[in-house]
Amino acid sequence: MSILNALRSDSYVDISQYRDQHFKGNRYEQEKLLKLSCSLYVGNLSFYTTEEQVYELFSKSGDVKRIVMGLDKVKKTACGFCFVEYYTRADSEHAMRFVNGTRLDDRIIRTDWDAGFKEGRQYGRGKSGGQVRDEYRQDYDPARGGYGKIIKK
Amino acid sequence: MSRRRHSDENDGGQPHKRRRTSEPIEIEDRLESLICRVGEKSTSSLESNLEGLAGVLEADLPNYKNKILRILCTVARLLPEKLTVYSTLVGLLNARNYNFGGEFVESMIRQLKETLKSNLYDEALYLVRFLSDLVNCHVIAAPSMVAMFENFISVVQEQDGPQVRCDWYVYAVLSSLPWVGKELYEKKDVEMERILNQIESYLKRRQKIHVPMLQVWTAEKPHPQEEYLDCLFAQVQKMKKDRWQERHILRPYIAFDSVLCEALQHNLPPFTPPPHSEDAVYPMPKVIFRMFDYTDAPEGPVMPGSHSVERFVIEENLHCIIKSHWRERKTCAAQLLSYPGKNKIPLNYHIVEVIFGELFQLPQPPHIDVMYTTLLIELCKLQPGSLPQVLAQATEMMYMRLDTMNTTCIDRFLNWFSHHLSNFQFRWSWDDWSDCLTQDLDKPKPKFVKEVLEKSMRLSYHQRIVDIVPANFSALIPANPIFIYKYMDESSSSLPGYPVTIAISNAIINRSSNDEILTILKDVPNPNQEDDDDEGDSFNPLKIDVFLQTLLHMAAKSFSHSFSALAKFHEVLKSLTDSDEGKLHILRVVYEAWRNHPQMISVLIDKMIRTQIVDCAAVANWIFSPDMAHDFTRFYVWEILHSTVRKMNKHVQKIQKELETAKEKLEKQHSRKKDSGDEEEDKNSDEEDGLLEEQIERLQEKVESAQSEQKNLFLVIFQRFIMMLTEHLVRCETGGVDFNTPWYKNCIERLQQIFLMHHQTIQQYMVTLENLLFTAELDHHILAVYQQFCALQM
Repeated sequence: MSILNALRSDSYVDISQYRDQHFKGNRYEQEKLLKLSCSLYVGNLSFYTTEEQVYELFSKSGDVKRIVMGLDKVKKTACGFCFVEYYTRADSEHAMRFVNGTRLDDRIIRTDWDAGFKEGRQYGRGKSGGQVRDEYRQDYDPARGGYGKIIKK
Repeated sequence: MSRRRHSDENDGGQPHKRRRTSEPIEIEDRLESLICRVGEKSTSSLESNLEGLAGVLEADLPNYKNKILRILCTVARLLPEKLTVYSTLVGLLNARNYNFGGEFVESMIRQLKETLKSNLYDEALYLVRFLSDLVNCHVIAAPSMVAMFENFISVVQEQDGPQVRCDWYVYAVLSSLPWVGKELYEKKDVEMERILNQIESYLKRRQKIHVPMLQVWTAEKPHPQEEYLDCLFAQVQKMKKDRWQERHILRPYIAFDSVLCEALQHNLPPFTPPPHSEDAVYPMPKVIFRMFDYTDAPEGPVMPGSHSVERFVIEENLHCIIKSHWRERKTCAAQLLSYPGKNKIPLNYHIVEVIFGELFQLPQPPHIDVMYTTLLIELCKLQPGSLPQVLAQATEMMYMRLDTMNTTCIDRFLNWFSHHLSNFQFRWSWDDWSDCLTQDLDKPKPKFVKEVLEKSMRLSYHQRIVDIVPANFSALIPANPIFIYKYMDESSSSLPGYPVTIAISNAIINRSSNDEILTILKDVPNPNQEDDDDEGDSFNPLKIDVFLQTLLHMAAKSFSHSFSALAKFHEVLKSLTDSDEGKLHILRVVYEAWRNHPQMISVLIDKMIRTQIVDCAAVANWIFSPDMAHDFTRFYVWEILHSTVRKMNKHVQKIQKELETAKEKLEKQHSRKKDSGDEEEDKNSDEEDGLLEEQIERLQEKVESAQSEQKNLFLVIFQRFIMMLTEHLVRCETGGVDFNTPWYKNCIERLQQIFLMHHQTIQQYMVTLENLLFTAELDHHILAVYQQFCALQM
């Protein structure tokens, strides 16, 4: 019966422009997985944000199946991102609608669809071991190691 | 393509803004877009937009009549907040093309029948309201509308069918009157008078047992929590006394009166309400949530009174806006704040009241709780100078009235408040609440603050909470969530089992196998046995204690570490918890070790259920055991119990779905066989059939066993409630003490909560519950809860 596209707008759930460059498969396959995924990437976390805090916040949109905290590849310490996996797509959609863009540990966090956790994806891909964004950052962010690596050098 | 995720400048905003710049290509898409968007912000007046659109649609009728009909019917059904805009549009079209008007009315009636058959009662309501407003637009003749209402009201004379069925038909009539009452009374006052009298006598004789279960506050002051039909009837009566004056609804058709009154009207075909059927699921009754009146909004426009029809219309429209836009919080907030007629009302107060009304709605809010938190944050962003103050005022009011607030609503209040604060650096005037410090910790106010701080800590960390509250709040600060290791050091060396903990630690570090661990555990003495059990297989609580304390201590660093530990030693844990006593004891050990960290207890229990180390009934028994009596009123305990019941329910649903899918597959295969007629193919599919039939039989058994486990879980929970409450009531009676203590209020409302949160599942087991547990011998206080629950669907 529903024919009105404008009425059923649900833009918070749409997939973004980001595509994982390390994904094993083509763009079409990745997009297919993203549209069915129950896994979210969560970014802009403080380095001090704990798994427990992530659990508490993301449990508000449904039962959390698993959390994988992102780690600095060299130091093996938290480097400001994580993956949150739900049991159902519906619960992860609620997270995209209602947790994305709100605060955790006083920081606005960002969620995005993820094609699914694979071993190795818990590590930052920046040259220094953390996330790429912290390589080139110009601002001072005390919760993310201070200045970006490019400034520190 | 950009590799970067959303930039920091874009604060999680909606990307759909980009979509709007590309024009719809198809004419049909264009028509859809034009119709959907009429009434939104525009440089031209609404009247001129409607006039223009009517002209465009009239021109397109020869080629696109059916599409236009479908779009208009759909907006009538799904955009009730724009009702009068679209009814005016239909009126203009009818004036230009009488046949189209007739076909539209026919389509609407067809849709009404379909929605009623499909249990879409909210949408049916909007259709009825739309039809009634078409009377104002001279599309439908008033007498035929009155006749439809007469048919609706005749439902209350029916012998069979539940009360909720009659309720809906009465509500459909009453809730249309703010729009069309004046016109109908002018044309057919005798008939309308009769209808209202019939409604009045129905409302007088109808049962209202369900009301206490649905009220947010038990107190009558400052605002009575009225049953929804009673409130609406009072509003209609007041409107009638006022000669049907209604000043709030935006009525674009008034500007077109000269055109519209020239139009020919249609008669509604006689409409018989579809008969009651067993599959019919009527809407549940509601209680009207009120927290504000005109004294609360200090300056500016006056808030319409609780029995004014304006109040009803405003609340209806705000509810409809949330229903249409809940998925997109920015749009939802913007639509709420741009409510037409907002300058005549204290809009922020209405919005806050409607949102909390939904959040606290019993049995369940219409949408997921977290949506309301995020929506309120968006509203604060859009109105930073005014909305936060109203929200703070509302919070203060709800805090003041905690004594009479339903426990389920207190849960939602504290969840909302702690999450909200975490988005605003936990800034709050805690000192204003220092009155709670002089009260006992089990009283509602200090309890509330304590639970808020505990929840807030989960979203931050212990020191943060210490920092944000004044020093004198220290008694309410949650415990530092650290592990309590019984076998910590040499001071505990006298504890039985201590030496084995050393051996276990070493075994774990050295990556011993599960069998090796079990062998080591054989050395643990069994405090329960008098004579030595040679096999050492019977339940040994100390074994569980020694192993689990040590394991959890080593894995205490994070949730992931603990989950990993449970997974690695799953075999050991399974063998230790083979019996019911074993399952109960493992829960005790987890609690003892992690009692400072309720969140950890909760996630560990979740994992243990999912990996079948404990079962749901064990968790229920543990919660009701004497060991947990001191924590019985703490929020985290009920989080655990409800999560447990939900897991059980989802498990049953999952297997039922698997069974259904398998059955469908078999049917498809059968119909394919009938069509094929190929012998070779038939033989192969016979084999496949056999496998499928086996699978279906297995699944059938699985479903039955899961349902049996589910029924047992509810029986355990209800039995324990009944025992605890009866004991308390008897003790109070013999002691001559008032039974209505804070503990009792919490306990009886937790019993209510079980019914309310899982009402759909519990419906299946009503017969068993009534025969085994909720019998006439029960104390009437406890039985009342059961009867109120039954009344929800009667």
